[in-house]
Amino acid sequence: MIKINNLTKKFGSHVSLDNVTCEFSKNDSVALMGANGAGKTTLIRSILGYYHPDSGNVLVNGFCPIKERVKVLQDISFVPQLPPPIKLSIDELMSYVVVSSDVDKELILHYANEMKLNIKDNINKSFFKLSGGMKQKLLIAISLAKKSDIIIFDEPTANLDPDARDDFYRLVKLNSSEKTTLFVTHRLEEVKELVNRQIYMDLGKVVSDERV
Amino acid sequence: MRANKSDFGIKNLYLIAYLDLKESIRAKWFLVYSLVFGGLIALFFIAGVTESQVMGFSGLSRLLLMYIQITIIILPIFILITTVRSISGDRDNNILEYMLSFPISLKQYYWGKIIGRFITVYLPVFFAMIIAVIFGAIKGADIPWSIFFLYTGLLFALSSAFLGIAFFISSFVKSSEVALGIAFFIWIFLLSFIDIALISLMMQGRFPSSLIISIAMMNPMEVFRVAAISLFDPELTVMGPVAFYILDAMNRALFIIFSIGYPLVLGLIFATFGFVIFKKKDLV
Ligand SMILES: Nc1ncnc2c1ncn2[C@@H]1O[C@H](COP(=O)(O)OP(=O)(O)OP(=O)(O)O)[C@@H](O)[C@H]1O
Ligand SMILES: [Mg+2]
Repeated sequence: MIKINNLTKKFGSHVSLDNVTCEFSKNDSVALMGANGAGKTTLIRSILGYYHPDSGNVLVNGFCPIKERVKVLQDISFVPQLPPPIKLSIDELMSYVVVSSDVDKELILHYANEMKLNIKDNINKSFFKLSGGMKQKLLIAISLAKKSDIIIFDEPTANLDPDARDDFYRLVKLNSSEKTTLFVTHRLEEVKELVNRQIYMDLGKVVSDERV
Repeated sequence: MRANKSDFGIKNLYLIAYLDLKESIRAKWFLVYSLVFGGLIALFFIAGVTESQVMGFSGLSRLLLMYIQITIIILPIFILITTVRSISGDRDNNILEYMLSFPISLKQYYWGKIIGRFITVYLPVFFAMIIAVIFGAIKGADIPWSIFFLYTGLLFALSSAFLGIAFFISSFVKSSEVALGIAFFIWIFLLSFIDIALISLMMQGRFPSSLIISIAMMNPMEVFRVAAISLFDPELTVMGPVAFYILDAMNRALFIIFSIGYPLVLGLIFATFGFVIFKKKDLV
């Protein structure tokens, strides 16, 4: 599903991804780990087509995520490392997703409810005025409602309380069959039960990649 | 079931424009912006501009002329300051990272933002004129329709020129401070530096004045200044030498078409350059 071939990405003289080659297929559930600054977020952003690589390439279902971004992103759900300060209200943000990605709004509400996020009382609130954990819950609900074949979570549980984490892992487990799931995480024990593959990165390289 | 692709295209463009418009309308700068232009008109009425007779201008035409002369100066800096950070700002605080993770083409995103922003900046200045006309009509003044339509077109062109420039800057600039600095510089440059430079050239007398005036005409702000008084009788108007020269040398209708067409095209060209850069650069 995702093929990364000899991918190198530099920022100035700093090499953030150093000749990375890697493949993720259907039913892979991956824990992507490594020290701060190892290049995990850079790798994920490359899969989403945000970076123009210095060399190498990425193919998602055979398509280049930069040239065919619409096709590629139809099949990807993504939760970023930090919820951004989006000024749209929750209602507007949901219509953005519903219209652009053909997502069922009821489904977002359903997953938000499962994440114990009270949308009704906040529907006209600006997204950036929600608490950190509430933001993350909404983004998680959206990512699950989007029903993509590829789901990418860049440390989605950073702001969640323990109960919310349990909710999150329960929902992901229910929704990850026949998919490719990537968890960027610093806490392997949390995702250990969910993943069947563990990848460590360091200094822009994949240093270990094992199936468990 | 997925709708077909072109169907999505228009829908997404509309969606982005609509959401950007809603977001802007809630923002504080928009309130200030609307108050400034609405307040300007109110002030003119209170001051009795429509009633006095000075040098042949009277009533509403005089009010509209004063309105557009002030607008030509402050609208560009308003547009530049509020827009110059739109894309670079969203990139800085990772809003783009999330919003662009949905299947929306960069074309739809960029042009949708421009359309939304255009409506935001154009409608208040346009409505202020409408209010003036309605209010003037109530007070029994004659409505100078030709001037009204000319100014509607000029404001449209003015908005697009500076919006294009602002998006162009926004597409490549790294930090918000630099963006603001560039915006301010461009404004001052077009507002006065060019004139000062050209006047000093003219006084040296080494270049034919037609050349100097053609250069002046490349400055959209100068074009607007001249176009704003183009419908008034030159005998009665106190116009600068540039305006006099141009309106004397050029067919009036042709000049009016130029004064609206040129800034529009300029804005489009800048916006398109901005898009090319936006597409070529890393998105986050
Ligand atoms: N836009 C950028 N400009 C310059 N350098 C960058 C940029 N993005 C990332 N880097 C650098 O690339 C390296 C890898 O960053 P990345 O965000 O991929 O790390 P990470 O593995 O996600 O770390 P963390 O666990 O802290 O999230 C870092 O040294 C970072 O400073
Ligand atoms: Mg990271």
